[in-house]
Amino acid sequence: MAKTVTDVTCPFCGSLCDDIEVQVSDDGTKVLEVFNACAIGAAKFLHTAAKDRVTRPRMRQEDGSYKEVSYDEAIEYTAHMFVNSKKPLMYGWSNTNCEAQSVGHEIAEATGGIVDNTATVCHGPSLIAIQDVGIPSCTLGEIKNRADVVLFWGCNPAHAHPRHLSKYSIFPRGFFTGKGHKGRKMIVVDPRNTDTMKLADVPLQLEQGRDYELLSAFRVAIRGEELPEKVAGIPREKIYEAVEVMKNGRFGVIFFGMGVTQSLGKNHNIDNAIMVTKDMNEYTKFAIIAMRGHYNVTGSGQVMGWQWGFPFATDLSRGFARYNPGETTSNDLLRRREVDAIMVFASDPGSHFPISSVREIAKIPSVAVVPDINPTTEISKLHVPVAVNAIETGGCCYRMDNVPIDARKVVEPPEGMLTDLEFLTRVRDRIAELKAQAPAGVRASAEAVGA
Amino acid sequence: MAESISLNLISGRTIQQGVAMEGGKSKQPYTEACGIIEMDPEDLKRLGIYRNTHVRVTSDYGSVVVKAVEATQGPHPGLAFIPMGVWANAVVNPNTYGVGMPTFKGTPIQVSPAANEPVLSSIELVQMLVKE
Amino acid sequence: MAEYLIRNGFVFDPVSGVNGDRKDIAVKDGKIVESVSPSAKVFDAAGKTVMAGAVEIHAHIAGPKVNEGRNYRPEDKLFNAASGVGGMRTTGGFSIPTTFKTGYNYAKMGYTTAIEAAMPPLYARHVHEEIRDTPIIDEGALPVFGNNWFVLEYLKNRELENTAAYISWLLRASKGYGVKVVNPGGTEAWGWGLNCLTVNDPVPYFDITPAQIVRGLIEANEYLGLPHSMHIHANNLGNPGNYTTTLDTFRLAEGFKANNRFGREQTMHHTHVQFHSYGGDTWGNFESKSDEIIDYVNTHPNLTIDTGNVTLDETTTMTADGPFEHHLTELNHLKWANVDVELETAAGIVPYVYSPDIKVCAIQWAIGLELGLLAKDPMRCFITTDHPNAGPFTRYPRIIKWLMSKEAREERLNTFKHAEKVIGATLLHGIDREITFYELAQMTRAGPAKALGLKDVYGGLAPGMEADIAVYDINPESPFTPDQLEEAFSAAALVIKTGLPVVENGVVINNGNKRTLWVDAKVNENPQVMRDVEEKFLKYYSVTLNNYEVQGHHYIPNPYAIQVDATQ
Repeated sequence: MAKTVTDVTCPFCGSLCDDIEVQVSDDGTKVLEVFNACAIGAAKFLHTAAKDRVTRPRMRQEDGSYKEVSYDEAIEYTAHMFVNSKKPLMYGWSNTNCEAQSVGHEIAEATGGIVDNTATVCHGPSLIAIQDVGIPSCTLGEIKNRADVVLFWGCNPAHAHPRHLSKYSIFPRGFFTGKGHKGRKMIVVDPRNTDTMKLADVPLQLEQGRDYELLSAFRVAIRGEELPEKVAGIPREKIYEAVEVMKNGRFGVIFFGMGVTQSLGKNHNIDNAIMVTKDMNEYTKFAIIAMRGHYNVTGSGQVMGWQWGFPFATDLSRGFARYNPGETTSNDLLRRREVDAIMVFASDPGSHFPISSVREIAKIPSVAVVPDINPTTEISKLHVPVAVNAIETGGCCYRMDNVPIDARKVVEPPEGMLTDLEFLTRVRDRIAELKAQAPAGVRASAEAVGA
Repeated sequence: MAESISLNLISGRTIQQGVAMEGGKSKQPYTEACGIIEMDPEDLKRLGIYRNTHVRVTSDYGSVVVKAVEATQGPHPGLAFIPMGVWANAVVNPNTYGVGMPTFKGTPIQVSPAANEPVLSSIELVQMLVKE
Repeated sequence: MAEYLIRNGFVFDPVSGVNGDRKDIAVKDGKIVESVSPSAKVFDAAGKTVMAGAVEIHAHIAGPKVNEGRNYRPEDKLFNAASGVGGMRTTGGFSIPTTFKTGYNYAKMGYTTAIEAAMPPLYARHVHEEIRDTPIIDEGALPVFGNNWFVLEYLKNRELENTAAYISWLLRASKGYGVKVVNPGGTEAWGWGLNCLTVNDPVPYFDITPAQIVRGLIEANEYLGLPHSMHIHANNLGNPGNYTTTLDTFRLAEGFKANNRFGREQTMHHTHVQFHSYGGDTWGNFESKSDEIIDYVNTHPNLTIDTGNVTLDETTTMTADGPFEHHLTELNHLKWANVDVELETAAGIVPYVYSPDIKVCAIQWAIGLELGLLAKDPMRCFITTDHPNAGPFTRYPRIIKWLMSKEAREERLNTFKHAEKVIGATLLHGIDREITFYELAQMTRAGPAKALGLKDVYGGLAPGMEADIAVYDINPESPFTPDQLEEAFSAAALVIKTGLPVVENGVVINNGNKRTLWVDAKVNENPQVMRDVEEKFLKYYSVTLNNYEVQGHHYIPNPYAIQVDATQ
């Protein structure tokens, strides 16, 4: 007899589906079956059952091999690393809960750290664009209940947010959208003929990197002005057609992703996409939503926002919160060799940062606090494996539309394994002890720096 | 047939990358999902290689061996796609131009056949590259 | 818990009717008591002013739109970020300070309780996470009901009991404090880019009018006997000539009687009335109609209001009145954020600069002060800035200065760029009244506490009440300049919160033991409402019903639940 846990949130993408059902073994230690989840989500739940998972911290030895150490030793190493560092980088935070993020911020305030989340290589440019021009948006349920025009720009939910189309944006029948996808027009803009584009009523396969031009052309077309024959490789007739579809809608939405944030132009591309949305509100109702990647990257931005006032890349090294993307962002700090220690938390820059940044991580004291082996752990001095958030421990997470959901614990972590919140809390407390023990002179100068 | 061809590289997520990643980044399926370059059939022809042969991808920022596969989300001649991961990041343009975001999409690359060179796993590759 | 004695200050406490007498205030176990033992710690308040901790009845200080304001305005942190000293946290922000700074700044001014004015229920967890991280002050949040689909459908069918049962359910699910209404019907219309500008504009599809929504919610509020009344931001905010809509809205409360066990007398609280007291029909002939508005308020004891004083700062406007913020961005072309929330509400954000060089801004400034000065009963007119909409709450000391000193406000009035035109379009120049210390205590302590149904808990210094006390370094019996007043109210000499000293000599010294207020209203089982709830979650919400209710230690670690029994 297995038991079933319902209303489980899925800790993969920013869609943060909360209708997953998970069958667990009687003793509550193993995930047996996963229902309602997409392929990626299911893989994540089932992977917690992997037998070869690392369950104790590992310290890198001189010969490059890793040796198992206790959590106590790992806490000691991490606390000392922070205390001895002048400018530690604390990167990641998107695969954990808001409780852990909050404790991380206490450590940053105590040690003059820089906290940056995975938005820095994801929707960081979107956050900058919002600071430039605002963002008219809505919750995903509004799309389900009202939207009859849906535009995907530089995003491929069929691959990256697999249930998005069926749960929120294209297929569901909502209050004012009883016909489901039959009542919705779908426009897709991408340099590839993606699996999402194959579903579109209006596919627009643009030349890669020409998003800004095409968005500008949309704004021209919305105003009914003349366009050149082709923009970004798209014939003007197609652009006018797309804009006509948008204007004829009662409620439209633009979803956008890495296609615009990671191509040249970056934040300026999003500026323009937001201005398209604002312009459209002269004619009908229009919203725009960033397809946030990790399930709680949004939460990290929220906690940083209410505690410090900035959504990512916040530098506490002067004692107070500072934010200057391009300077306080992880890749710039690493490439300029401005940090002297790094804690990677709930993320994998080893895989997802350009190799020049990864080389710097390998050179400085480093701790990777993540559930399992990945390229980051294998170049770090210390790997601290922890329970998988939202599967082996609960906690607050924010969906891509900023809606907070309390994740459920589904199974017990392997025996003796700490959650990342427990690990971080003990590191915080140990840092406080070490700081209190420091000789008075050292403490005074440290406080002077902090003040 | 050419010794090498120039393409424009983008990286991003695929569902295979996502599934394999959650299954474990030290495992073989992850290499199979991400140690690839998706190329348009036209470009494969230009380079004169069969599908599923190894190629060396080189940019101003690095070099990596991956398996050339036919694009599933094409056609997109002139454009190449490596799923997000260590392989792509060995060659992408790391410059943020002052906004924090590396230029993950739109890196000019050269692709040449490398039939006899191995595709490394993510761990082997990252450990090798950080020593360079 | 420790004992304290605040000795020999000039005490102003409308609750016990003390008007500037020299008195000792004794504290034991977190409460005001008659007397304490000789071992009590003594604070010498001789020559100083002593009041209860102040109560904020309407401010946007926690939740999704406040945080969007913070995150999208890095410029709001320029030159004001500071590190934490002595166990305090890092702070930053001016018009939308971080949560830590919000708690510290309120405490510094002697405010010890605050109500977050608009909580979107779907985002209740976010509101509560921020409340938890706002130190010192006790805080509750008002969920918004005026555009909620359940409410619109029940009220269209005149189903009072179902409306009340749904309110009770939502208060528990969101851990909310009372019934907030913002632009009734207009915000739902905004789902289609439309609005309701009068109380009789029909709401698209739902076939109901703002008037029906308001009357229905007042009725349900009194049916439940909630501590606070229906709390409204009416239709047509911010537009020239809108005072008629405001009067129409006031009249909707006629005929209802307050029904509660908390000593609350009003059936409608109308918030930030400054934004609703405009005459003229263009920005050119824009003028004050505060006299017409306040005449109605003065003669109708079933109403309470707060002012919404413009402080003449650069600030960040934010409201659940989605269409208004769109209108505002069209006017000032500054960056616009908007969030429409499924089945419930919406919100918009736009930065705004209230410049003393702009005639309309100066007229708005005058109207806010006129309301405070023309109100005959200070127990029914409270000082707010609708933080951060008309200005940040940290400007309360300056507003107090303008209300208490004709000299100070005349100086401001006469140095406006368009002083003559402003004087011509307002009444302020002809008003001589100066608010007294006692009236100030009514407008900021006893009055708001009573309107919230908390008159036996907060806002007074009678034995048995919470030991929330503020001591200000100003001697009401000696001459002082207006600026000395502002200075004294900016940084209290001593603040005690629930019996714990949290501010001394204007410096925050303790993170306190803040509590979250919410109202647990029990009603008879109502299977129909529960069926409706289940159906709407299944079909229309994007989260599951089981993931909706805010619960648990993480969100509300220190609850203060007020029980209401409406089962009879």
